[in-house]
Amino acid sequence: MNHIRKAFGDLEVIRDISLKVDKGEVLSIIGPSGSGKSTMLRCATMLETIDSGEICYLGERVAWAEPGGEKVYPKGDKLRQVCSCFGLVFQNFNLFPHYSVLKNITDPMVHNQKRPKSEAVQEAMDLLARMGLEDKAGSYPCQLSGGQSQRVAIARALALNPKILFFDEPTSALDPELTGEVLKVIRSLADLHIAMVIVTHEMNFAKGISDHVIFMDKGVVEVEGTPEEVFEADHERMQSFLGRLEH
Amino acid sequence: MSFQVIMTQLLSGLGRSIEIFLLTLLFSLPLGLLVAFGRMSRNRVVRGLVWVYISIMRGTPLMLQLLAVYFGPFYIAGMKLGSMWRFTAIIIAFSVNYAAYFAEIYRSGIESMPPGQYEAARILGYSKTSTFFRIIFPQVVKRILPSVTNEVITLVKDTSLAFSLAYAEMFTIAKQIAAKETSFMPFLAAALFYYIFNAIVAFGMERIEKAMDYYT
Repeated sequence: MNHIRKAFGDLEVIRDISLKVDKGEVLSIIGPSGSGKSTMLRCATMLETIDSGEICYLGERVAWAEPGGEKVYPKGDKLRQVCSCFGLVFQNFNLFPHYSVLKNITDPMVHNQKRPKSEAVQEAMDLLARMGLEDKAGSYPCQLSGGQSQRVAIARALALNPKILFFDEPTSALDPELTGEVLKVIRSLADLHIAMVIVTHEMNFAKGISDHVIFMDKGVVEVEGTPEEVFEADHERMQSFLGRLEH
Repeated sequence: MSFQVIMTQLLSGLGRSIEIFLLTLLFSLPLGLLVAFGRMSRNRVVRGLVWVYISIMRGTPLMLQLLAVYFGPFYIAGMKLGSMWRFTAIIIAFSVNYAAYFAEIYRSGIESMPPGQYEAARILGYSKTSTFFRIIFPQVVKRILPSVTNEVITLVKDTSLAFSLAYAEMFTIAKQIAAKETSFMPFLAAALFYYIFNAIVAFGMERIEKAMDYYT
């Protein structure tokens, strides 16, 4: 993403941010609430439109804002083609409540990627097994705990073989116990060398898993670099933010 | 008039009431969905026109609407329509009226859906149509079922309004027999039939609600 600007009415949430994620790279985004972290993810996944700048996937420019202000975004089949490059795990899971756990995972594979049902079911069961949830395949989201729901959401996103996975505060809605199980799963994905962008408040997790970290505040990137560089950086705002968290 | 004759006449009237009921549902349920889309359209003209339509349908008595539809073609365009027109007019008026009520119910259900469902569907690659029919609509149906049940039960009783067009559904027949026999009994019998008709409908709706109860 290059030189992204995004405002909601008068409020400029993202002032000028450029981001790049390479294959297999893990990027963590940390920062105080309101800094624009979630908005960055939503712009990257085209849930929000950018006011200026451009978004490129796999070297191809897919969405941009013309100098005159006109926003150019893909539609229809092209949009779906671009969306197939990435997946998004939401803070509040957004599972489909009327589908079983298994169908939540297989339906996008069968209906959108046109894969044969038997293959989809097999892959879904493999994913669930990796998450430790094979016995929940027939359950419904309303019967799952938060940690289980989030793991199903991750499986659902993974099932479509995205090139990059976005995580929008995946554990913020979970208690410390459930947070652990989800972080464990995300860590195992890093071992698979899938590119990931994680917005999180779990500092130790971010430190341990990332190749790259950025600290955002008030719509700009204040500090960026390797985890060591960032967490040790002599930046007053960031240190006070981190200090406040580590009580 | 023997008891048996009275009963057979009432039952044939009931049959026609049921006909009106079923055909009205058959047409107004899909039509209501279209109207709901119109009500939520991005086009201001469409939205405005649909709003006016819903407002008139819900704001004027169904009986008047029945008369308007039935006599309209003659007084407006001088058309004289055949014997089938009475029944057709009834179905048109009922369907168009109930579609307005269903449209508002659909709209309330659709607007109560969390945007997260649309967002997840979009990123998972569902088209707009697929998102609506596979993800959104099934959930909307479950949510609006109690309101729909209300309307359906009202419809059972509203079928008696066809009386205003001298259509021989059950209430009309009951009135005729009561006048002829100077007895209140046909009304009681009709009331009983309506009650049983409604009980069956309510039972059916409850079964549907239970079937959708596999998730919260």
